[in-house]
Amino acid sequence: MSIQVRAVRKRFGAFTALDDVSVDVPTGGLTALLGPSGGGKSTLLRVIAGLETPDGGEVLIDGLPATHLPVRERDVGFVFQHYAAFKHLTVYRNVAFGLEIRRRPAGEIRDRVGELLRLVRLEQFADRLPAQLSGGQRQRMALARALAVEPRVLLLDEPFGALDAQVRKELREWLRRLHDEVRVTTVFVTHDQEEALEVADEIVVVNQGRVEQTGPPDELYDRPATEFVMRFLGPTTRLGDALVRPHDIDVRLDGVGVPGRVDRLSRVGFEVRAHVDCDGQQVMVTLDRTRAAALDLAPGRAVSLVATSIGDPARPGTTRPISAGTGASGAAEFHP
Amino acid sequence: MVKRVIVVVYLGLLVLWPVGLVVANSFADGADALVAALSDPVVVNALWLTVQVAVVSVVINTVFGIGVSLLLVRHRFPGRWLLSVLIDLPLSVSPVVVGLAIVLVYGGVDGWFGPTLEAGGLQVVFAAPGMVMATVFVALPLVIREVVPVLREIGDEQEQAARTLGATGWQVFARITLPAIRWAVVYGVVLSLARSLGEFGAVKIVSGNLINRTQTATLVVEQKYQDFEQTTAYATAFLLAFAAVLCLVVVSVIRPKEGS
Amino acid sequence: MSVAVRLGRGPALGLGLATLWFSLLVLIPLTAVLVETAAGGWGAFWRAVADEQTFAAIRLTVVHSLLVTLVNVLIGTLIAWVLVRDDFPGKRVLDVVIDVPFALPTIVAGLVLLALYGPRSPIGVDVANTRTAVFLALLFVTLPFVVRTVQPVLAELDREAEEAAATLGASRLATFRRIVLPALAPAIAAGAAMSFARGISEYGSLVLLSGNLPMRTEVASVRILSHIENGDLAAASAVAAVLLVVALAAITALDLIQRRVARRG
Repeated sequence: MSIQVRAVRKRFGAFTALDDVSVDVPTGGLTALLGPSGGGKSTLLRVIAGLETPDGGEVLIDGLPATHLPVRERDVGFVFQHYAAFKHLTVYRNVAFGLEIRRRPAGEIRDRVGELLRLVRLEQFADRLPAQLSGGQRQRMALARALAVEPRVLLLDEPFGALDAQVRKELREWLRRLHDEVRVTTVFVTHDQEEALEVADEIVVVNQGRVEQTGPPDELYDRPATEFVMRFLGPTTRLGDALVRPHDIDVRLDGVGVPGRVDRLSRVGFEVRAHVDCDGQQVMVTLDRTRAAALDLAPGRAVSLVATSIGDPARPGTTRPISAGTGASGAAEFHP
Repeated sequence: MVKRVIVVVYLGLLVLWPVGLVVANSFADGADALVAALSDPVVVNALWLTVQVAVVSVVINTVFGIGVSLLLVRHRFPGRWLLSVLIDLPLSVSPVVVGLAIVLVYGGVDGWFGPTLEAGGLQVVFAAPGMVMATVFVALPLVIREVVPVLREIGDEQEQAARTLGATGWQVFARITLPAIRWAVVYGVVLSLARSLGEFGAVKIVSGNLINRTQTATLVVEQKYQDFEQTTAYATAFLLAFAAVLCLVVVSVIRPKEGS
Repeated sequence: MSVAVRLGRGPALGLGLATLWFSLLVLIPLTAVLVETAAGGWGAFWRAVADEQTFAAIRLTVVHSLLVTLVNVLIGTLIAWVLVRDDFPGKRVLDVVIDVPFALPTIVAGLVLLALYGPRSPIGVDVANTRTAVFLALLFVTLPFVVRTVQPVLAELDREAEEAAATLGASRLATFRRIVLPALAPAIAAGAAMSFARGISEYGSLVLLSGNLPMRTEVASVRILSHIENGDLAAASAVAAVLLVVALAAITALDLIQRRVARRG
């Protein structure tokens, strides 16, 4: 089931959470809404779910208008950052909740809940209360609960935000595999670019209530439409006027490129970070150990730097946002 | 919207309007009634006695309350659970039963300890000590109920840190624990004060209600009302109500907002 | 907990003093009530409690306390709901108003209710010296209990759990009944227990309002007082013992509820 968001606006008092946002989520895709906190991505997700009513614009689910459909009639599965577990109900009853509300026959509920608990690997915890589960287990329970009613779309709001780094990594790989298995149209919110790049088919970068760019992970990483997108998706450094990735700079000894002097070296595992002083400008370069050894890099050594990135590095002011949403918002600036 | 209206109407009819009427009744003849009541020596004596009994009781309950709270939260000892349950008992006991219980033990004629104490020169029942005991009894858990949750909340890491820095037990209490629980203590004290100023049933039995000697303000209100001196009754009631509401306002003003 | 498994000298002394004071003030006197009752034997106890007038007083007290508690469960929860979830000018005033019955001296509470519902009522409603007055007085003094126990729980309630229920297809009523109410139930029960305990022990607010008419508006506490005034401490103790046992049952129930909640976490 596809989701279309058309020119949606939402304000909370004086704060503009969403400013003319349009997003298309294709059927069966796994889409990430990525951006800094307070940028409007959670609000967008809640508008899609019907937990917030937009001030303007519309939401279509599966091509049908859903803007004024009550939450409970939208058939969306929603997973909250802090699990929103029903504390007084067992894991089993949590997962069964949506089916009980729909008055499904007992046998069907039993089979479906059993199947889902197996899917999220919580079969042996069926009779526990949420308080007796770890954070990761609670979130898997919440996911099973959302999937139990066979929603048309699955929405996850920072689903791994409250978990430890290790559990986060496991769960996001697991979410990817689960999605390949279940194939329900999924949108998840995250502020972690690594999470978005690793898991999503498509990323929507949201900042200050607007869509900065939409596209597959590779496209966003390699051809960021704005300086913001470039900075947000990974480390950047400035070489002359250009904004480039530290690993897209070639360090040379033949004098071609911008001359500089190695200031400081630090090694992080397999990676070597060199801070190069180019006439007062601090440029950071990352290269692998082999390359650093070959160049015989050491503090004080004279080198020269050349940007090697695919495509043109984004130059602020020269690139235009490519999504329809931000294109229109350019005009909105004339009507503040 | 409907809910809001129901709540406002309910509280209006049950509390706001009646309380407002008492205020209005007290000033029905201008401030004269208030002045007249305050120039009645019976009323003045009673008010003065009430304040004395209340202040002594609050001091006792504050010291006892902080001590018991510390014991309950920071220490482990046999019978701790029992103490924590029994400590709430006074809130559920009828003031009349409180009065009866004190008379049974400390009554001068055939109480358990009363005759012995009176032989030693200490009269409890029908005198100030009994009135203080009754007042302390009814307000006993109020400080504890405020302080215990706060003590639990702040934990004991800061206290342990202070101890590693060389502070003695008393220094830890004065410099770390007390500042952390001060708002809870203040809140408990104000509640206890309100409760102590207003105690009626238990004091009525224990005091003997002797005019100008053991009659407190609440007892004056009853007596004046029954003697058809309603203006004086309402004026005294107004003063007590004013003190109670003042306590509440003080609490809601001084209480720091959550999280600050 | 790593602290002081065995008490140090200071705390041990403190515990000793606290226990002594608590015993002298509360435990021994309350025990005296029970001993005084037991001293007369079962027969005397039964004669005192089964006395027609006393029995009527106890029945009136218990029945009205139950009724008032029921009303408090409903309206108290509603008030807490409005105070937490609604927002309107004057809400802070209402929040203070809830505590007025707790802070107001009970005798003044009676006088306050007489002003609006007594012989000089400006709206012509005179319920003085009737059972309605008993009901009204108990309603007044027990107002804060359910509100004040439910309010913090409601404020802390996970709003996302309600949103989750909505996304799963639950109507507002179903969400309230299946998600909110079970979360509030322990607080409501605790408030109800306190409200009931306060109701059966009430005395001061009834003195001027109910007229203390034997067989009609006389409550248990008033009955105890008249026994005391007649010098019949044994009969007074018997009725007091009944109230004490009910009070003990109420706080035990309260403690059990709190333990259950603590387990759920």
